[in-house]
Amino acid sequence: MEKEKVEVKKNLKKLGDKVLKDIESGSNPSLDVPVRTLSNVKFDEQVKMLTMGEATAKRYFFNIAHVRKFVQTIEAAALAKELIDVNKHLSLREAFYRMKRTLPNSNINLVDEQIESNEAIEDLELISDSSREQLHINANKMGSVAGKIVIEDKGDIVDWSKLGSGGWSIPSNVEDIIFKKVNVKFIIYMEKAAEWERLHEDKVWDKLDCIIVSSQGQATRGIRRLLQRLSTEHKLPIYVLTDFDPWGFYIYSVLKFGSISLAHISSELAIPEARFLGLTADDIVKYDLKKHLIKFKDVDTKRLEQLIKYDWFKNSKEWQRQFKLMKDMKAKAELAALSSKGITFISEKYLPEKIKNKDFID
Amino acid sequence: MTDQRLTAVEMGEKIKEISIAEFFEKNRHLLGYENSSKALLTVVKEGVENSLDACEEAGILPEIHVSLKEVAPDRFKIVIEDNGPGIVESHVPYAFAKFLVGSKFHRLRQSRGIQGIGIHGAVLYSQLTTGKPVKVTSATGKEIHEFELMIDVTKNEPKIISHKSFRNPEKKHGIKIEMESEGKYIERQQSISEYLKETAIANPFAHIIFDGPNGKLEFKRTVDELPKQPKEIKPHPYGVELGILRRMLSNTKAKNIIRFLMSEFSRVGKSSAVQICRLAKVDPNRKPKDLTHEEVDNLHKAMQMVKIIAPPLDCLSPLTENLIMEGLKKEIAAEFYVAITRPPTVYRGYPFQVSVGLAYGGSIPESETAKLFRFANKVPLLYHQAGCAITEAVIETDWKRYGLSQSSGNLPVGPIAILVHFASVWVPFTSEGKQAIANYPEIVKEIKLALQDAGRKLGSFVNQRRRSRESQLRKELFEKYIPELAESLEKLTEKQKQKIIEELERIIKKGGLVGKGESGSQEKS
Repeated sequence: MEKEKVEVKKNLKKLGDKVLKDIESGSNPSLDVPVRTLSNVKFDEQVKMLTMGEATAKRYFFNIAHVRKFVQTIEAAALAKELIDVNKHLSLREAFYRMKRTLPNSNINLVDEQIESNEAIEDLELISDSSREQLHINANKMGSVAGKIVIEDKGDIVDWSKLGSGGWSIPSNVEDIIFKKVNVKFIIYMEKAAEWERLHEDKVWDKLDCIIVSSQGQATRGIRRLLQRLSTEHKLPIYVLTDFDPWGFYIYSVLKFGSISLAHISSELAIPEARFLGLTADDIVKYDLKKHLIKFKDVDTKRLEQLIKYDWFKNSKEWQRQFKLMKDMKAKAELAALSSKGITFISEKYLPEKIKNKDFID
Repeated sequence: MTDQRLTAVEMGEKIKEISIAEFFEKNRHLLGYENSSKALLTVVKEGVENSLDACEEAGILPEIHVSLKEVAPDRFKIVIEDNGPGIVESHVPYAFAKFLVGSKFHRLRQSRGIQGIGIHGAVLYSQLTTGKPVKVTSATGKEIHEFELMIDVTKNEPKIISHKSFRNPEKKHGIKIEMESEGKYIERQQSISEYLKETAIANPFAHIIFDGPNGKLEFKRTVDELPKQPKEIKPHPYGVELGILRRMLSNTKAKNIIRFLMSEFSRVGKSSAVQICRLAKVDPNRKPKDLTHEEVDNLHKAMQMVKIIAPPLDCLSPLTENLIMEGLKKEIAAEFYVAITRPPTVYRGYPFQVSVGLAYGGSIPESETAKLFRFANKVPLLYHQAGCAITEAVIETDWKRYGLSQSSGNLPVGPIAILVHFASVWVPFTSEGKQAIANYPEIVKEIKLALQDAGRKLGSFVNQRRRSRESQLRKELFEKYIPELAESLEKLTEKQKQKIIEELERIIKKGGLVGKGESGSQEKS
């Protein structure tokens, strides 16, 4: 642990020294920032995940278009160094407020929106070759888990099956968690907290011997890392439940292959063994959900067109079939629509049936 | 009905000669006296222009003192005094109190006044509105003569009310005219002070003091040399009107037509004269006075058809580029000045020459319509801007090319003052008020060429100014971020913040990096 800290501090210092050298030699201070867009992301067929290309962009201080981001990045580095020195952590939101300052004699703030500080921190991760967690900056806790697993976290023993109606909330840094007892067969990850509550109330984790995990929308890094560890360390299959829409499909895509903006750390986050459980286009037919379809808006159509073209979906017959069916329907559907079939329909019928029949998409 | 009819005899009795003075009395608007504020301006204008012309012809740097005081409601006492050569005693009454007596009408020479109407109009206006005579004091370096004059309106003859003479031990010279007239004094646009300011711009070699109702204004002399003297030329056959030709034929001393053509016109040699006669089917040996109406008509037509080289062009005294620059600089505080004088050219047989000047930025308002200064023979034109060839040329010029905004059919908008000067032996005014130049295509074209030439120079200045402003803005932006960067770097590297700031400031001062066209470029791999 201490060794890792020294390494991160060294990287941050190196970054500062590089800029200083530029300044002292009278040249335009610059940073090499790896490009975090689709153009610089490749799908590695071998390991089945997104990897980042070699493209970097020069970011200059003396450039009207760059100066703001340049200073934000250096400020993020200074902040991380300070946090490591005093051994404290900040949330992304808190980091935003630490960086939000007004430039002297002006009405310009160094950052105006949290997205700016978030991006500066993400850039810094790449430049300093350190993860956000290593930089002592955490994302907000956004997910819950319940099931028959016992862990140790900072000296506390926690049994995920004995935490009442709320379950255990997943921290953003799960590196130091130790799995004490793992008594489950698989994991169900779902997009929405509402479905998690349904499954928790119905004690699905007890009945099916699994753990249930949720987040709000996209899974946080902490959740993804936790799921990956369970997948690799305990060989647990992971089933993903999302709405039937392009955004839901992409949540699955990120879990399985990694995300475009974090392609550089796919190996620590992606879970190639994840499977898509539903909702599928076939579910819509089979469970008679057609009357609950919601018509596509332009943004939905556009997003679907993008999905169709992604390298990691391009050669999947099954996924292209799902996309085509969705495209033909020009509509989407929510997981919650299953409740039209009965209050506990999802817990007692839908999930057991699908898992038993291995009715999922790779 | 029948008793209202007149017999031919009765009608004949009613026909009588109308004197020009009487005509003026009834048509004062033609000479610029239609309303009381314009009338007051016209009185001052006529006096000042006479003074400037007199000084220039005599080779004297003008000193002109104008005083205007309200002596009763809407009644002013006007005094205009110059240091010109003065007028000899015997000519004074005619020079001021008889219409169409001028030294300038029967010649072609560039000057401010031409027709011999101007100052007489002012005298008559004073007489009509106050009933008082005008007082003229003339000093020619010998004795000083003081006249009180009125105009006998029906006879168009001067009436001398009094005449005194004094000794002149100081050998002073010049004219002082004192009169009272009705009027209304205004400031700002189309005012006497605006007229004098524009006069000062076009005549920076003149020193003018205005002692007005709202205090004193002084327009200093910034050029100590008079412009080149214009030369008198004979009319060119292409520019002569039929009526003038007729008068010339009856006044000439030439014994026959061929002599007449060769001696009274410029650029007409023997072969051109013979050709004109042949084309007009007029015997070249006829006496000029003997030609019939029809023959004069034919002669006039033939004169337009024969190929004759253009009149001499060195007769003009244009507003030189130096004079324009000096004039603009002393009255308008701007960032950039440019002046262009075109080579002289010809319209309808009359030589003319266009000069333009532009003043940009500085104290000129950013987002108002351009201020247009129009001049003809160094006289500002304040009225009838819309109907003037100068205005038309300015509107037809594409100012957007030169960094100004302009909607079609309008003057440009921006921090600019546009000066256009038209010099000619005969300015084609659209009316006797002498406020607008007729838009002959040759004239509009010349003005546009001059404006475009000056505009190109302006354009490169405007571009340069925009670039340097942008680079200044860039510099200021970087300067704001420098302390932040230095502070973060200090935390990262433990190098002193102040040292980092100094080093970054040094890079800015060096300028190379900051000025580079990096702005707006995307991050490139």
